[in-house]
Amino acid sequence: MFVDIETIISRFKRLIPAVDECSLRIVEESAEWTAVRQDVAMPLTESRDYGAMITIRDGDGLGYAATSDLSDVGLRAALDRALDWMRLSKQRSVFSNQTFRLPRLKGRYRSATTQPFTWSIADRIEVLMNESRACKIDARVVDWQASLSTQHIRSALMTADSLASGDYVLQETDITIPALHVTVHEGGVTQTRSWGGRDNGFCQQGGYDVLERAGFIGSGPIAAQEALQLLAAPNCPSGKFDLLLMPDQLMLQIHESIGHPLELDRILGDERNYAGTSFVTLDMFGSYQYGSSLLNVTYDPTQATELASFAFDDEGAQAQRQYVIQNGILLRPLGGMQSNQRAQQIGYAFDAVATSRACAWNRPPIDRMSNLNIEPGNTTLDEMIASIEDGILMETNASWSIDDSRNKFQFGCEWGQRIRNGKRAEIVRNPNYRGISKTFWRSLAMVGDASTFEVMGTPYCGKGEPNQAIWVGHASPVCKFTGIDVFGAER
Amino acid sequence: MKDYFFDLADFAISKLTGTEVLLLKFEGEVSDFVRFNHGRVRQPLSVRQQHLALTLIDKQRQQRMSFALSGNKTEDCTLLLQQLNTIRARIPSIPIDPYLLYATACCHTDQIRRGVLPTIEQAIGDIVDQAMGLDLVGILSSGPVYRGFANSLGQRNWHEVDSFLFDWSIYHVADKAIKMSYSGTHWDRSQISQRIDTAREQLPYLAKEAMTIAPGEYPAYLSPVAVDELLSLLNWGGFSAKEQHTQQSVLQALINKAQSLSPAITLRENTLLGLAPAFDSVGFVRPDVITLIDAGQHADSLISPRTAQEYGLQTNGANESETMQSLELLPGNLDRATIMHHLDEGIYVSNLHYLNFSDRAACRMTGLTRFATFWVKQGKIVAPLNVMRFDDSLYRMLGDHLVGLTSDSEWMLSSDTYGQRSVRSSHVPGALLSKLRLTL
Repeated sequence: MFVDIETIISRFKRLIPAVDECSLRIVEESAEWTAVRQDVAMPLTESRDYGAMITIRDGDGLGYAATSDLSDVGLRAALDRALDWMRLSKQRSVFSNQTFRLPRLKGRYRSATTQPFTWSIADRIEVLMNESRACKIDARVVDWQASLSTQHIRSALMTADSLASGDYVLQETDITIPALHVTVHEGGVTQTRSWGGRDNGFCQQGGYDVLERAGFIGSGPIAAQEALQLLAAPNCPSGKFDLLLMPDQLMLQIHESIGHPLELDRILGDERNYAGTSFVTLDMFGSYQYGSSLLNVTYDPTQATELASFAFDDEGAQAQRQYVIQNGILLRPLGGMQSNQRAQQIGYAFDAVATSRACAWNRPPIDRMSNLNIEPGNTTLDEMIASIEDGILMETNASWSIDDSRNKFQFGCEWGQRIRNGKRAEIVRNPNYRGISKTFWRSLAMVGDASTFEVMGTPYCGKGEPNQAIWVGHASPVCKFTGIDVFGAER
Repeated sequence: MKDYFFDLADFAISKLTGTEVLLLKFEGEVSDFVRFNHGRVRQPLSVRQQHLALTLIDKQRQQRMSFALSGNKTEDCTLLLQQLNTIRARIPSIPIDPYLLYATACCHTDQIRRGVLPTIEQAIGDIVDQAMGLDLVGILSSGPVYRGFANSLGQRNWHEVDSFLFDWSIYHVADKAIKMSYSGTHWDRSQISQRIDTAREQLPYLAKEAMTIAPGEYPAYLSPVAVDELLSLLNWGGFSAKEQHTQQSVLQALINKAQSLSPAITLRENTLLGLAPAFDSVGFVRPDVITLIDAGQHADSLISPRTAQEYGLQTNGANESETMQSLELLPGNLDRATIMHHLDEGIYVSNLHYLNFSDRAACRMTGLTRFATFWVKQGKIVAPLNVMRFDDSLYRMLGDHLVGLTSDSEWMLSSDTYGQRSVRSSHVPGALLSKLRLTL
């Protein structure tokens, strides 16, 4: 790696001012993107990014400054700027009469990567080229691309207090994001089929082992065949149907209609100008019936391969698996220590969930959903299908839209299949459904068992001002919902 | 910053050997961000960042590397040389790129727009003082943004703009709010107070009991901000020549002349009006104006150098994702001051939220009303509306159902700050629609 953390720590130690708290977060990230489009290798792109964020807290004053100049002079300049912000925000911040301190920062985390990034460029291109060449199975295939993105992120978090005892948090994360899509066209109709979604649903922590778990090798011809099936398929019917959602669509459903509304900073109003507010209010926790009694949702940073696993969040809180919704009852929000302290100030006490994170060195931590999963139930996929008289199975997200309170949603999928009399029937294209979060999860009628459970994720969860796009994980079994408003396209 | 970048470029170019060609792209900013909630400071932050992207080309092969710079020239030259050697070592194992294209004509540009930006005392003081007693939430972003290009053929381009954007909402209750922004290059405290006073005057409209209307079709006025939301969604492949050539554009029916928009719709990429640089990442200089839709018919496309090479077209300096950076919808002839009278009875939509395509082939978009959306009757605001979902085709909204566009436009700077502050901007009028389809 290219940043010498120990040298920066020694510089930082010389600068620490007399304030309630001064912390330093150093992040370095290396990434590679390789892609083959229509059997031609795209320009290989690599990046190396690094920088540090200094945070100052004193009374209710708060200041941040980020810099990629990690010299004595650069850190000094950033520190001075953070001090200026702290002084100016005193008596004017949202933290009136509150003093927030980070916990003792000590610990290590490393992704459980079983096959590290050791492939040469030629190896990477060959794997992608093989998939690409297998996609053009028909003249109606008009576009196709296979890509592989890999990232290694190393972050260190320390405070003046922790450094006094020689401690800090160091975490190293490997991320692999495979993606493949095929587009077919005939007679004015275009259909695209992807492997796990255009937004790379099979992304996980790990190295090339992620490709194995995603079934990436051999995905090209399958995606192409399925795209052609969609081209020949009828439009999705409209009406009220039982809906069977597969994990690569459920990840989006969890993300938008459970994850975002439960973010504590949204509930506290921080996001109202950009990402939005929430239909969930502070008084709902502990009693609100969020879904049917089959709904069990966990915040789980301990799923080894899931995208947002870690040992500590960016406030240094130790991450532990916790139920967010249990037997359908809403238990706790997704808020870090600082947000929980703000909620406590106005009379609401929760167990903090260690999920305050920053997307990069140049952004401060905010409440995120990290790994948010639906726990498996005890029904097999065959039993779920057999239970449906007239329904639609939907797979792989293609379109997403939800209101700023995270209530009225409309989602579309790449792949639909009619279920009639307990059996899979014809494929349908352009399947969409809409609903309201408040009532949708109460229509959860069956939860698949562990054999249907898949670990998915997205590298693009956006919120925050200034904006932050961060990686989050969503694992779930297949789930069945009843009486859902389904519809298709115009042709 | 300009001299610093060009010195680095000269240093890197001096290290080239044989037939190597080097392209260098520079992106930097020195930004202050102040986040507000409940009229108080939530997160005040300064960011100093600069990134350099190298593209090394040799024998029709290319390799790219981008990396953070410290700002210290000696240190950065050492780092630059390391990265150059890294990608040089990889070039032989990279296949020939048949679609490689970069500018060789050496068009130099140099644009520096200086402004008067708020000090950090003003950034907090001017806003917190004015917001006293109001539930104000939002962000001030301010500072210079830098973009540069250089190549080993001798081309040099520089773009530096001082700008600020204060993007905020004032909440009445729950999700009922008035959204506003103030952007520019010269900070003026009185502009803040003027806008906040306007918001104070509008807040009583939000205090009325909110109405819920049934799904159906209603006349609607879309503010310039709402129209910009619709048009910005077309950046998801709408004008991309690559998407058009692979039958994936959401405007494919318009391109194939199976559909048209209203003759009132003329949409342009107007680099002269915008804040985005006039050069792309491989050195091509953009024309001042590209007409994308002319009087409701498809005109030109955004063509990146790679797409141009692949499909035998002429590039117009579009970025790699072939998206609009400086969008301009030409205005119409409706007087905005009397727009309520024109609407008579229907929905006044100030903002739309979270748009996506529900049917790409039909260019059907879905999204939600947000912030101050009102039910209007006999040209007067009756009550705020609760959030409604629309799901309608652009060919209807800006086609058969477009009554007209307002005669004045708003200039809007993008509030996007993912990774870095955006330089995308829009210049757009409001639109009066005879029908807007609401579904939920």
